[in-house]
Amino acid sequence: MKKTFKKVLLLGSGALKIGEAGEFDYSGSQALKALREEGISTVLINPNIATVQTSEGVADKIYFLPVTPFFVEKVIEKERPDGILLSFGGQTALNCGVQLYESKVLEKYNVQVLGTPVQAIIDTEDRELFNRKLEEIDVKIIKSEAVETIEDARAAAERLGYPVIIRAAYALGGLGSGFCDNEEELNKLTEKAFSFSPQVLVEKSLKGWKEIEYEVVRDAYDNCITVCNMENFDPLGIHTGESVVVAPTQTLTASECNKLRELAIRIVRHVGIVGECNVQFAFDTESEDYRVIEVNARLSRSSALASKATGFPLAFVAAKIGLGYGLFDLKNSVTKITSAFFEPAIDYVVCKIPRWDLGKFRGVEREIGSSMKSVGEVMSIGRTFEEVIQKGLRMIGQGMHGFVENKELVIEDIDKALREPTDKRIFVISKAMRAGYTIDQIHELTKIDRWFLQKLMNIMNTSKELHNCKGVENLSSDLLYKAKIQGFTDFQISRAIGLEEACGTDSGLNIVRDYRKSLGILPVVKQIDTLAGEYPAQTNYLYLTYAGKQHDIDYVDDKKSIIVLGSGAYRIGSSVEFDWCGVQALNTIRKEGYRSIMINYNPETVSTDYDMCDRLYFDELTFERVMDIVELESPHGVIVSTGGQIPNNLALRLDKENVNILGTSAKSIDNAEDRDKFSAMLDRIGVDQPRWSALTSMEDIDAFIEEVGFPVLVRPSYVLSGAAMNVCSNKEELHRFLQLAANVSKKHPVVVSQFIERAKEVEMDAVAQNGEIIAYAISEHIEYAGVHSGDATIQFPPQRLYVETVRRIKRITKQIAKELSISGPFNIQFLARENDIKVIECNLRASRSFPFVSKVLKLNLIELATKIMLGLPVEKPEKDLFDLDCVGIKASQFSFNRLQNADPVLGVDMASTGEVGCIGDDTSCAVLKAMLSVGYRIPEKGILLSTGDARQKADMLEAARMLTQKGYKLYATGGTSKFLEENGIENTRVYWPSEEGTPRALELLQSKEIDMVVNIPKNLTQRELTNGYKIRRAAVDLNIPLLTNVRLASSFINAFCTMGLDDIQIKSWKEY
Amino acid sequence: MKATLVLDNGICFEGTAFGCEKSTVGEVVFCTSMTGYTESLTDATYAGQILVLTYPLIGNYGVPSHEVKEEGLEKFFESEKIQVRGLIVTDYSEEYSHWNAVETLDAWMKREEIPGITGIDTRALTKVLRENGVMGGKIVIEENETLLQFEDYENVNYVETVSCKQVVRYNEGASKKVVLIDCGTKFSLIRSLIDRNAEVIRVPFDYDFSSIDYDALVISNGPGNPILCTKTIENIRKAMMTNKPILGVGLGNQLLGLAANAKVEKLKFGHRGANQPSRLDGWNSCYITNQNVGYTITKDSLPADWNVMFVNMNDDTIDGICHKTNPWRGVQFNPEAFSRGYKKNNLVDDFLNLIK
Repeated sequence: MKKTFKKVLLLGSGALKIGEAGEFDYSGSQALKALREEGISTVLINPNIATVQTSEGVADKIYFLPVTPFFVEKVIEKERPDGILLSFGGQTALNCGVQLYESKVLEKYNVQVLGTPVQAIIDTEDRELFNRKLEEIDVKIIKSEAVETIEDARAAAERLGYPVIIRAAYALGGLGSGFCDNEEELNKLTEKAFSFSPQVLVEKSLKGWKEIEYEVVRDAYDNCITVCNMENFDPLGIHTGESVVVAPTQTLTASECNKLRELAIRIVRHVGIVGECNVQFAFDTESEDYRVIEVNARLSRSSALASKATGFPLAFVAAKIGLGYGLFDLKNSVTKITSAFFEPAIDYVVCKIPRWDLGKFRGVEREIGSSMKSVGEVMSIGRTFEEVIQKGLRMIGQGMHGFVENKELVIEDIDKALREPTDKRIFVISKAMRAGYTIDQIHELTKIDRWFLQKLMNIMNTSKELHNCKGVENLSSDLLYKAKIQGFTDFQISRAIGLEEACGTDSGLNIVRDYRKSLGILPVVKQIDTLAGEYPAQTNYLYLTYAGKQHDIDYVDDKKSIIVLGSGAYRIGSSVEFDWCGVQALNTIRKEGYRSIMINYNPETVSTDYDMCDRLYFDELTFERVMDIVELESPHGVIVSTGGQIPNNLALRLDKENVNILGTSAKSIDNAEDRDKFSAMLDRIGVDQPRWSALTSMEDIDAFIEEVGFPVLVRPSYVLSGAAMNVCSNKEELHRFLQLAANVSKKHPVVVSQFIERAKEVEMDAVAQNGEIIAYAISEHIEYAGVHSGDATIQFPPQRLYVETVRRIKRITKQIAKELSISGPFNIQFLARENDIKVIECNLRASRSFPFVSKVLKLNLIELATKIMLGLPVEKPEKDLFDLDCVGIKASQFSFNRLQNADPVLGVDMASTGEVGCIGDDTSCAVLKAMLSVGYRIPEKGILLSTGDARQKADMLEAARMLTQKGYKLYATGGTSKFLEENGIENTRVYWPSEEGTPRALELLQSKEIDMVVNIPKNLTQRELTNGYKIRRAAVDLNIPLLTNVRLASSFINAFCTMGLDDIQIKSWKEY
Repeated sequence: MKATLVLDNGICFEGTAFGCEKSTVGEVVFCTSMTGYTESLTDATYAGQILVLTYPLIGNYGVPSHEVKEEGLEKFFESEKIQVRGLIVTDYSEEYSHWNAVETLDAWMKREEIPGITGIDTRALTKVLRENGVMGGKIVIEENETLLQFEDYENVNYVETVSCKQVVRYNEGASKKVVLIDCGTKFSLIRSLIDRNAEVIRVPFDYDFSSIDYDALVISNGPGNPILCTKTIENIRKAMMTNKPILGVGLGNQLLGLAANAKVEKLKFGHRGANQPSRLDGWNSCYITNQNVGYTITKDSLPADWNVMFVNMNDDTIDGICHKTNPWRGVQFNPEAFSRGYKKNNLVDDFLNLIK
């Protein structure tokens, strides 16, 4: 049955976005590895340049192109692969694949789909086909009945059984929907629903049911296994991506598990999956009744989690099955001797917790529910539930220390907060328990299974016991041990027993640590081996726990290992790019003959694949845990500069404990991180910076602005609500922002900086050795300064910088590198206006743009930096960025469509969730590829312009002219319309939501007369904000491309007006 | 209260007592199933043994009612009582949450006088057993009962202690009559036969059933060393004269092998868990099976008129045998859980279909 393939195409998932994130880098990388092992030539299409899968040596040919039918067909035409993999690049790849199948492109080029047949995919994606398919095998689904009268609605509800959900058909955004527990409520709601729509759907409500998932693998010989089951901590109603999830299930009996397992396998067989599949169930809490929620016929976020939770490499195995292997042909990749046909036995417990960043968005709803809003996740491993939940809550990295001993949360109405969950839900539970709520009360309000609440209550009770001890003298060994088994950190204990207050954070923690060690209470290291100890593991996939007495592995003190600290949860501002950096560091360490050790806890990453290093500690990046591991490993040194800000922040404290920080010294890192020290240094070496001051009263703020003038960038240290940073152009704005959003006081100073308008922002990514620059890459933002560097569109090499600017930037970089005697990667951000250069920021670590510039330059800066950090001799590479005859564009991906009500406008705080990087022969080509990759489309009909203030209007004029010449119909709001007319550009005036008159902008959007919107916010006045907001939000909700920055809009318009899709050359990375 | 597990080789594991606070002795074995402690504890195959659960969180869903019965068999259990000598876990859950639970695991074990220890590093313990093989052990509460003697597990006939004492009939009057030799049968095995509308005649392990009118013979699972069941082996040999279908399960499979003159041997650490992979020998069909066995039929000892039917994919041992011409089969695993899928036959169906 095994077929031989020569060349296989794999579709990636593109930029990271909410709902489709790093997990597909992991899946794709595994699949590519599986193919390459077979000697099959691999072709990858993925514009996400920061991923590991798009690195040298992972695929044979890489195309940084949009994953859309148009481009994929072009690549197929060029490459002529004989097979294609659709299930490793999320919904993006799957949808694209289905379209190519339906348009018969795959047939035309004789490309065979590996693994699950496309028809099976269609059967699972189409709700009606899916329901029919499952009814054929007597599997229960969530049924809804469409009715047109209240009488029919009552009858339907009777048949389905209360409670039911009422939904108005064809109504967007859940208008007129709700729950009914009885006929009376039904009458009321149905009446309302009929006012929105002539048809109403009545559906059985499963609110409060458990949500259980199964990961199933099936080979072409009909052999099936369920690799892992998982249980949602939050009951049905909260998206599984928004829920805390535990594996394996905790509250189901063997009989219940068997039942769901059998159903999952029955479904997978009937649908005809060949490879991997995820089945989600709703499960009653009072019987063994169930419903199937959905089936994902592809690798998913859950499958990545299941792989990490069990050690079973689902994507790798699914790829092999796609090639025709039977599970019996493959070996368990952990034991290396037993078969891959088995179901992992877990002897630990795993907990996944989502990471939200809702605080970054203006106007967004904090409630969590049926749609996904989280931007990342963490996975914790331990041997008690208390341990994993506390570990996990620390890992999400939002300043929480666990379930208890956090900063007091202010909640007005605990009942309401329990009933209507937000991103703070679990901390609300903590608060409620502290306030005396019983488990039953909390269960009634949240429907979270009592078992989970009982375990949380155990933590609360231990916390109370600890609070009764003052100082370590009164802390018994038994209580301390119990607290550690329940996942308390030394810090939490120190805080609970009053040491933090008495002696400060660091020494309080150290007192607990020393006391604990003197009692011999130490964590043990355990291996994840897939078989619960039945067979020995050959890999070192490790975690630490206090619920154990013996290490699984032996330690040798040979100083031949290097620890790399990972980047933690993906979040806005720190994402797959640092995973790439970490993986490159690991590869280099191994190549140079050291043992590589990774500490990280993000299940969506490649760096947490146990194949990537000699030892993987899937554990916390807290000071305490890193020290535990350092003490066991006694490594040659620790690398803190490839994992973003989390490891960087640990440098100083690790250094204090005499841990060998490789590369740039901890002191230098501190000198760059500490605003005052860094500023003083720049003054000392005569480097300019925007003027700034940390101020503690409104008077001081006003006085400072008196000196520097508006606009200013305001950064409060304590934020009440909304975004943390803002640019204010006048007194009114400043005062409104500070009164509404922030607290100014001695305790909470506000940093005010001079804001330079119309300045270019330039990035310097470089690697130095002992203060001397070895390699560097300068790139330029397309937008003017004021857009966060993580949201900006970046071009590399720079296309419009003066030679003098570049010279000055290099000179300053040299000075800084020398002054801080940098050894390793670093990044400096500059402002440039005319040839006036100012330094904004300096990070002595790899930055977000390292993978991008490394790949465009074809020079792996992290490999170079790692060699330097290992103390190896390096030579200056001969490559020069000004010799490049191509252009790279890095564009940002936003997920505003997932964030209801958020204002999709860019500012000084970062809002993008991902990015792409595309290469072209010229800027236009690269811009076009990059913009199409992040979801923009070339418009075909009309464009709505409202282009901000006078200067911005002028900046947009050329682009507007090009559009009319190209034959687009232009619509413009009042001021813009007038301006265009004055300049001889034909346009139709449209009216703002707050104005009288037709045509109305919103109506044109709704009728799709307009297929692109350029909306440049002028200022922060209330009227401007609401009008502009409504247009922007409508564009996002109606899936119409929206541009809010003049410079980016001009670039994009220029690109699609000067070249068409067919002009884009299809070239692989190697061809540039 | 402190409790210690003392292994025959001198290694001790200290934890906290739960269940009944009394000392005990038994063969220490581990099981890797992640759920099913109520079923495991009542599985008579564990007679004489102290059970170590590798999954750390135990007790989560409490213990269901003993009052719910079908055909006189308790619905949620594998026998009338706890069969293990003791239970070793990492993190016993003092509170439970489940709709069908009526009491805690602790309360049940107290009532049935079975001791348990929580707070044990069961992974470390499992590795000791994996490397040294299963061995005797004692649960010692405080230090008061160190006098307990290790038992010689291999030479005790545990089947005798768990088998029924007289013939019991279920689903009387059904068209197919199956004799079930009770070596310590699980209720689920009886249930699977009743569910397929067979009359089950459950007989004691040493009962001479040759005078009973029956259509097929099932030899149940059970504890201990199969060689000690000489009477049962004799009876099976007698049954072989009749050419009626025979199905051996677990110990029953080993007894069938012995009756066929094959040899059996003790597995180093047994197969106990829900994830044992088995391959239909010579085919590409594989099955995840649920096993609880300490012995296996020795490879190459199978007489020429028998075939290996299933092979364990982890260690290559024999997971099942079948006779080349007669309708006689034996499997190491639970034949019920072994399923070709929805509405397709499983081994029990296949077996009953053999009845002429």
